Amino acid sequence: MSLYQQVRALLYKEIVLEWRSRYALNGILLYVVSTIFVCYLSFRGVQAITWNALFWIIMLFASINAVTKSFVQESRGRQLYFYTIASAQAIILTKIIYNVFLLLLLAVLALFFYGIVFTNPVGDPALYLLAVVLGSISFASVFTLISSIASKTNNSSALMAILSFPVIIPLLILLIKLSKNAMDGLDRASSYNEIGVLLAINLIVITVSLLLFPYLWRD
Amino acid sequence: MQKNWWKILASVLILYSVIAGLLFEVPRLPILHESIRNLYFHVPMWFTMIVLYLISVIYSIKYLSSGNEKHDLIAVEMVNTGIVFGFLGLVTGMIWANFTWGSPWPNDPKLNSAAIATLMYMAYIVLRGSMDEEQKRAKISAVYNVFAFPVMLVLLFILPRMTDSLHPGNGGNPGFNSYDLDSQMRLVFYPAVIGWILIGVWIANLRYRTRLIEFNS
Repeated sequence: MSLYQQVRALLYKEIVLEWRSRYALNGILLYVVSTIFVCYLSFRGVQAITWNALFWIIMLFASINAVTKSFVQESRGRQLYFYTIASAQAIILTKIIYNVFLLLLLAVLALFFYGIVFTNPVGDPALYLLAVVLGSISFASVFTLISSIASKTNNSSALMAILSFPVIIPLLILLIKLSKNAMDGLDRASSYNEIGVLLAINLIVITVSLLLFPYLWRD
Repeated sequence: MQKNWWKILASVLILYSVIAGLLFEVPRLPILHESIRNLYFHVPMWFTMIVLYLISVIYSIKYLSSGNEKHDLIAVEMVNTGIVFGFLGLVTGMIWANFTWGSPWPNDPKLNSAAIATLMYMAYIVLRGSMDEEQKRAKISAVYNVFAFPVMLVLLFILPRMTDSLHPGNGGNPGFNSYDLDSQMRLVFYPAVIGWILIGVWIANLRYRTRLIEFNS
């Protein structure tokens, strides 16, 4: 089977598996909604700059929770089975693509609900949405490899946070800046720099993941 | 003796940079004044840290392709020594900032980036501590090391250049080369950089050899 066919088959399997036991998906959606509600009850109203930062912090924690399970949930036996039928690149690529979809769903829902409880004018909604899409892609690409590293250790959930926070901070700084530009409704040309660097970092991270995952996989 | 010439060179260069750095003539610049001498101590720390991390990544890649435990030991000792130099860089920078910028931790992107990069390598040490099996530990931490290195480069060299920074060479400020690093200062600065890099490699080398003896016995 070619890489493309493998990725397609594995992606289909991931989605079917997720759909059959919806508890993980529902759990993470409920997590983000209740976090937003907790923030709403404790803050009531926020200023524009806090609004933006708070949204990304909520997204950060929800994304870590959503991605952590992607390698932990699978039993050793099943991983061994995949090892015999698919290439390592296909597996990591599938996980990244699947996590991008999952986080996009999460982010759009979070943004919608967040916008309802915290009303805040956004100058350039299309650019803000682009920032959210780029954010989902960045979180998914960085956290997927780290979750596979963390799943190999004894204390995976604590290590997931320790390992991923320093790595995600540069991306988070760029995302917050980009979405702040969108909120202020600045000219789009002033954000090209951030978008370019974000895409470049993502490209590097995904390439490095593809190169390194085969070593993690062969256990 | 033939193998150790670089250790003698390192000691001579450091000794020279300390004496010359404190005694030689320096340009008198507003705000900086005599504190410009800290350039000979603060900047070489970061250069040494980056060289040590670079060697560590090279040996992590070597470990992944060879599976030789010695390569893993070199990688971890390079990181251990690099973290010490990172802390020294932060401390010397904080002393300098306290006198020239008014507070030990001004909200400067380069400081924040350096602190985050140090956190990243401390996470590497924690990751190693969380696994008992030697080969698994070596492999997984090598993967993380290779993964973290490009992100560290982005943190230290790309992000500070995109925003305003107090450091020279960032956010539109010109680098040292263009105005205040005159030829007199270069005579001390470059030997100091080379000397500290050699010292860093020497310390890491000693630690690696101690580890190797423990590992073999």
